[in-house]
Amino acid sequence: MRQDQGPNEMSSSREGDHWDVVLRPQAAWLDLHLRDLWRYRDLVLLFIRRDFVAQYKQTVLGPIWFVLQPLLATLVFTVVFGAMAGLSTDGLPKLLFYLSGQIVWGYFAGVLNSTSTTFVSNAHIFGKVYFPRLAVPVSITLSEMIQFGLRLAFFACFWVGFYWSGSGIRPTAALWLLPVLLMIMAALALGLGIIFSALTTKYRDLRFLLTFGVQLLMYTTPAIFPLSTLHGNYRLIMLVNPMTPIIEAFRYATMGVGTCEPLHLAYSAIFAVVVLFIGVMLFTRVERNFMDTV
Amino acid sequence: MSDVVIKVENLSKRYRLGLIGRTSLHEDLARWWARLHGQPDPSLRLDQLQRLETAGRTGGLAGSGLEHVWALRDVSFDVKRGEVLGIIGRNGAGKSTLLKVLTRVTAPSLGEVKMKGRVASLLEVGTGFHPELTGRENIFLNGAIMGMTRAEVKKRFDEIVAFAEVDKFIDTPVKRYSSGMYVRLAFAIAAHLDPEILLVDEVLAVGDAAFQRKCIGKMGDVAKGGRTVLFVSHNMGTVSSLCSEVVWLKDGCVYKRGATGDLVSEYLQSGTSREGMAELLPARHRVISPFQIETIELIGADGRRTGMVNYGEPLEITLGVRCLEAMTGIQVGIEIVSGGSCLTTVMTPPFSMSPEEGRRAVSCVIPAKVLLPGYFELHVGASRHETMTGLDWVPEALSFSVLSVVHDKADVLDRRQRGVVSVPVSWSGLTGEA
Repeated sequence: MRQDQGPNEMSSSREGDHWDVVLRPQAAWLDLHLRDLWRYRDLVLLFIRRDFVAQYKQTVLGPIWFVLQPLLATLVFTVVFGAMAGLSTDGLPKLLFYLSGQIVWGYFAGVLNSTSTTFVSNAHIFGKVYFPRLAVPVSITLSEMIQFGLRLAFFACFWVGFYWSGSGIRPTAALWLLPVLLMIMAALALGLGIIFSALTTKYRDLRFLLTFGVQLLMYTTPAIFPLSTLHGNYRLIMLVNPMTPIIEAFRYATMGVGTCEPLHLAYSAIFAVVVLFIGVMLFTRVERNFMDTV
Repeated sequence: MSDVVIKVENLSKRYRLGLIGRTSLHEDLARWWARLHGQPDPSLRLDQLQRLETAGRTGGLAGSGLEHVWALRDVSFDVKRGEVLGIIGRNGAGKSTLLKVLTRVTAPSLGEVKMKGRVASLLEVGTGFHPELTGRENIFLNGAIMGMTRAEVKKRFDEIVAFAEVDKFIDTPVKRYSSGMYVRLAFAIAAHLDPEILLVDEVLAVGDAAFQRKCIGKMGDVAKGGRTVLFVSHNMGTVSSLCSEVVWLKDGCVYKRGATGDLVSEYLQSGTSREGMAELLPARHRVISPFQIETIELIGADGRRTGMVNYGEPLEITLGVRCLEAMTGIQVGIEIVSGGSCLTTVMTPPFSMSPEEGRRAVSCVIPAKVLLPGYFELHVGASRHETMTGLDWVPEALSFSVLSVVHDKADVLDRRQRGVVSVPVSWSGLTGEA
């Protein structure tokens, strides 16, 4: 897209004063190239399409994989934590409890893991052509939303089954919060992911920490035990994790049980915005000279 | 009207050496801790430390010479609208770094670059192609990576497919394409970008010769359409046929800038020791026997060694051969190769040789106007006439370019003449003067 020299610019500048592209050694911290990203929105859409198509073209089961993975994890949890250990599920059907935790956490972990390798796994493209590098993590965040949608539909099937069999679950008015929850989660995962992607260009060993850390982090969310069963310091630790209010709110909205407090959600939202802002800033810093280090 | 569209001012680019893959979080923390306490960097080696201290005493930029290399130093030049500027220089002169900075793959260390209008770069064709996607899907994806919008790709889609000659396979995944088709498709997309400034690396070194010629033609059209092109290349043939001016980089600095004809010939002469002559060291021989080809040399029309000839002039290839035992029925052959395929093989009649005579020079002359402008490679070898057993074989012994620099009206090469070689033919059935 051409940046037209409008009449205003022409009159206000002498000949040769208007430059469309200026490359300088230092860039302002707040120069985030977001307008560039908007110009390349078609590329973001094509990346989403590529990831989606390429992913299921290479597998036998195709898109079924998207729901199979959380289902298997749910079955394991239902047996191990639900039946054998007998952990509380807030009075919810065990399957729905674990499945809801899995699909919400699954989205967060999926985005975080894939965006954190942005620079390292796209080095071959980044070294050959310029486009706003943010297009890659943003497209990952959006394409994981498609998977999240599929899983949500899958969850809805089970939900309907349990609803009619009279297990006492009921949706609440908080259902309208679902898109908001998704947005908070997306911002949080994207922000953390690109912070890690920026840091791993320098410290390659962080990648191992992340894989391990994401797994560990799941145990400080209500993906496995509900917040209501914890007290004192344990409860505090779980509440510090900004994903906790989101999982709880999701369960409350869809099944009517869980802790859904505006204050907790506000904490998550602010946390997410701050992380995303720091992430974008670090990312745009690193993208300028990243190719010199690979 | 001096309408400058690219302005490069005091551009410098510094790379750090030896740090790649060495940093870990622990090391950086240790360094940070040391800095906090006013101690020297613990990860520096002793010799570096000494150098650092000397630099500090002499008041120089502390640490500037340390593990760093300047790939570009104080490079400044302007490019006007519609100009086709060639960037030439030996390996390591900074050509690729310059292009990387201009294409925003990496940021400058010092200085500034300003550009007007939409910029497209071609450091590679087919960047981001996904093997599982069809030709159609890849055209859109690659177009978008190159900066086109969906609507723009759509508008040019038919043109791209026709140019690439892949219409039948457009809905086949590109992993099933032949490598030729793949490259043609990739290049077709690149050729249909519609930028005001085009930055091109040596991507033309792909595809078959006919396709290369088509691409060069397309690039020439781009330039004639008033667009500005920056072309980085080793291939003096292409540079002189495309560019009006060249910038010659040497050790990261602009050594000279001027008209293509003058600078290209000066550039070629500056490298006489290397271009147009090669010592064929033992490691390059694929077949070892008492008979070996030791040197290969190209002699131009003026009797001097050269790495390039004009289309209108003959070229002499001279091989220095030696034989360690008396032999008969030796045949020496030269393969002329273009774009990876052999155009022809020329062979001497059988001859005999004995060790006493030392080195003998065997020469052949390729007449003028046989090889069309382009880039050629020579493979050389020798074998026995009766048994056809190999005596020597050196692939890629030497390369050279044929240029279309014109001295004489009669040598003007018709733009419609495509291909790699011209063949003498006689026509009949033509009556009346033109």
